[in-house]
Amino acid sequence: MRGDIVNAIETSETHTIAVLVDNEAGVLGRVIGLFSGRGYNIESLTVSEVDHRERLSRINIVTTGTPMVIEQIKAQLGRLVPVHRVRDLTADGPSVQRELALVKVASTGERRVESLRIADIFRARVVDSTNESFVFEIVGKTGKLDAFIRLMEPLGLVDVSRTGVAAISRGAESL
Amino acid sequence: MLQQRMTGAEIVLKALVDQGVEVVFGYPGGAVLPLYDALFKQNRIRHVLTRHEQAAVHAAEGYARSTGKVGVVLVTSGPGATNAVTGLLDALLDSVPLVCLSGQVPTQLIGTDAFQEADTTGITRPCTKHNYLVKDVETLAGVMHEAFHVARTGRPGPVVVDLPKNVQVAEGTYVQAEEVRHKSYRPRVKGDAAQIEKAVALMASAKRPVFYCGGGVVNSGPAACAALAELVRDTGYPITLTLQGLGAFPASDKQFLGMLGMHGTYEANLAMHGCDVMVAIGARFDDRVTGRIDGFAPNAQIVHVDVDAASINKNVRADVAIVGDAGSVIADMHAAWRARDARPDAEALTLWWRQIDTWRARKCLAYGQSDTIIKPQYAIERLYQLTRDRETFITTEVGQHQMWAAQHFHFDRPLHWMTSGGLGTMGYGFPAALGVQIAHPESLVVCIAGEASFMMNMQEIATAVQYGLAAKVFILNNSYMGMVRQWQELLHGSRYSESRTEALPDIVKLADAFGCTGLVVDKPADLDATIRRMIDTPGPVLVDVRVDPDENCFPMIPSGATHDNMLLGELVGGRGPAVTEAGKGLV
Repeated sequence: MRGDIVNAIETSETHTIAVLVDNEAGVLGRVIGLFSGRGYNIESLTVSEVDHRERLSRINIVTTGTPMVIEQIKAQLGRLVPVHRVRDLTADGPSVQRELALVKVASTGERRVESLRIADIFRARVVDSTNESFVFEIVGKTGKLDAFIRLMEPLGLVDVSRTGVAAISRGAESL
Repeated sequence: MLQQRMTGAEIVLKALVDQGVEVVFGYPGGAVLPLYDALFKQNRIRHVLTRHEQAAVHAAEGYARSTGKVGVVLVTSGPGATNAVTGLLDALLDSVPLVCLSGQVPTQLIGTDAFQEADTTGITRPCTKHNYLVKDVETLAGVMHEAFHVARTGRPGPVVVDLPKNVQVAEGTYVQAEEVRHKSYRPRVKGDAAQIEKAVALMASAKRPVFYCGGGVVNSGPAACAALAELVRDTGYPITLTLQGLGAFPASDKQFLGMLGMHGTYEANLAMHGCDVMVAIGARFDDRVTGRIDGFAPNAQIVHVDVDAASINKNVRADVAIVGDAGSVIADMHAAWRARDARPDAEALTLWWRQIDTWRARKCLAYGQSDTIIKPQYAIERLYQLTRDRETFITTEVGQHQMWAAQHFHFDRPLHWMTSGGLGTMGYGFPAALGVQIAHPESLVVCIAGEASFMMNMQEIATAVQYGLAAKVFILNNSYMGMVRQWQELLHGSRYSESRTEALPDIVKLADAFGCTGLVVDKPADLDATIRRMIDTPGPVLVDVRVDPDENCFPMIPSGATHDNMLLGELVGGRGPAVTEAGKGLV
């Protein structure tokens, strides 16, 4: 029965989708407008030109939805005129996902030492330092960054800047 | 090849000519004066001045829908562009190919809140298939050709080209359409052969099959419709059409079950509900068609053919999905059907048709006739009977009259029926009729209207008179926004909140004021003579048909109900289930 099928696929999944687009005016607006207009979630979105000669940009989107919604998102992205390719990095085999965060911690004494110790464990680098503060640079999966930022909270966390997820498939194949 | 230098405005005009454009619907203003000046200096392209930019877009839609060509609109910046928005979204939802040229303030003023500045590409982004802001005259010719290509191919739709005034006067180079190749846009035409094979195998094994086809077949062209008819007749299977699909298969054919959906026929909806194999072609399973989605066609295996991959698995999961142009896929399906020498289960098919015939026997479109008051259904029946022997194009406004027209006017050919389905735009029908009349000057064009819808764009009477457009407006006047009134009766305890129009103009005097003919009829006995007079009177005619104000449009699948839970008219077994509380929250 159709109803059972509907129920069976209603569990929400998180997918990372890579989209290759012409780097032209308004293209990011089209993608974001598609998500807001149709009520899809954006958990993370990154965009940058990746081919300067052909003027192509790559957009990495982390989104959640039922399998039917994820499929719909990919189809809707695919019909945008400036879109060259849409690839579901979650569904189409293994991928590497990385995010960078700059994390500012302002504290002194024992808490300052502790923040440095934890940064060491997470392989975060100090990129700015004053007597009362550090800026840490940390690279990794989203979960690792979340954990690091959580640990910094009681140690004087004052500011966070994150890039969002950049992702690429494993192996020799290109997008 | 010698490079041709010309102004931006001349490039636009040359591109229009090269794209085969003959007519542009528009309204001038400050930011498009160079374009209007270029129009003035040539005689290849005709400009039709509407009285409102929304009407210009609807007229272009009517032109496009009745010819299969791209409709072209020209509006100024700011309010010109924003007035066009409703029409653009209408065209997007009903897949009508349009190119809308809009003026824009000079590039150096963009972003300064200049006079009549609007972020047109921003505003129209969700209302168009694609849009462009041309900042460099050297890209203009390429953009123009690309705009037409995008508008007419794949799933057709509206494309906006926003043209800053300084780009219109700057000098640039013209390039030919053949030299333009889009970097990424490649709509798929041919369906996957393996999927088509799977679909045909499923069709051949069906015991209770139904074809469910829509505007995608009409958009694919008359050849696609002819191919569909051949396939359907070869299979012997029943077929139902969506509102936009009417005409894709001959209504007079015995295999046609009528329109399906909220106001579709009893037999079409029950065939959809009871089928074991559904072949959907160029239809998008919208909520007006499916009713309650979790109870939709509960035992069906679904084949879905659509040129737009995003239409597949959007609302209803397809068992066999085929992305491709309807005409191409239908031809491939038919070839595969023949190659397989498919012999469907004759016994099962006989039983299925017998079942369908019992549903048909309910005569769900029957209504109570009257000698004293004109029933709206009767008015449309008579209009159909008195025009069926000539080429007639029908447009409609939106509401009860639209559904009655879909039920009681019958189309044997595509491209003769223009109606606003997806967006449901009141005010569409009359300007659309003018666009149709421009494209088919010798044919009869009738806009079946309600008085409320007609008033939304009635300023266009002036356009009709100016260009001598003989379109007729057949107004089923019940002094109500009839569909709103019907829902209020059924869902809100007959509390007719703001749905009655107390102060209506005298239609005959209105026509007179604009310089055309007005007729009025309120007795069933006078109806035929009035319709004949309407047809025989040259020029535009407005007919005020005073109809029964209390008539409801049945059958009806109430919101939140499934196809097997229809409300029928009192004459044919009366009321079905009450509308549920959940249903009241739905549109």
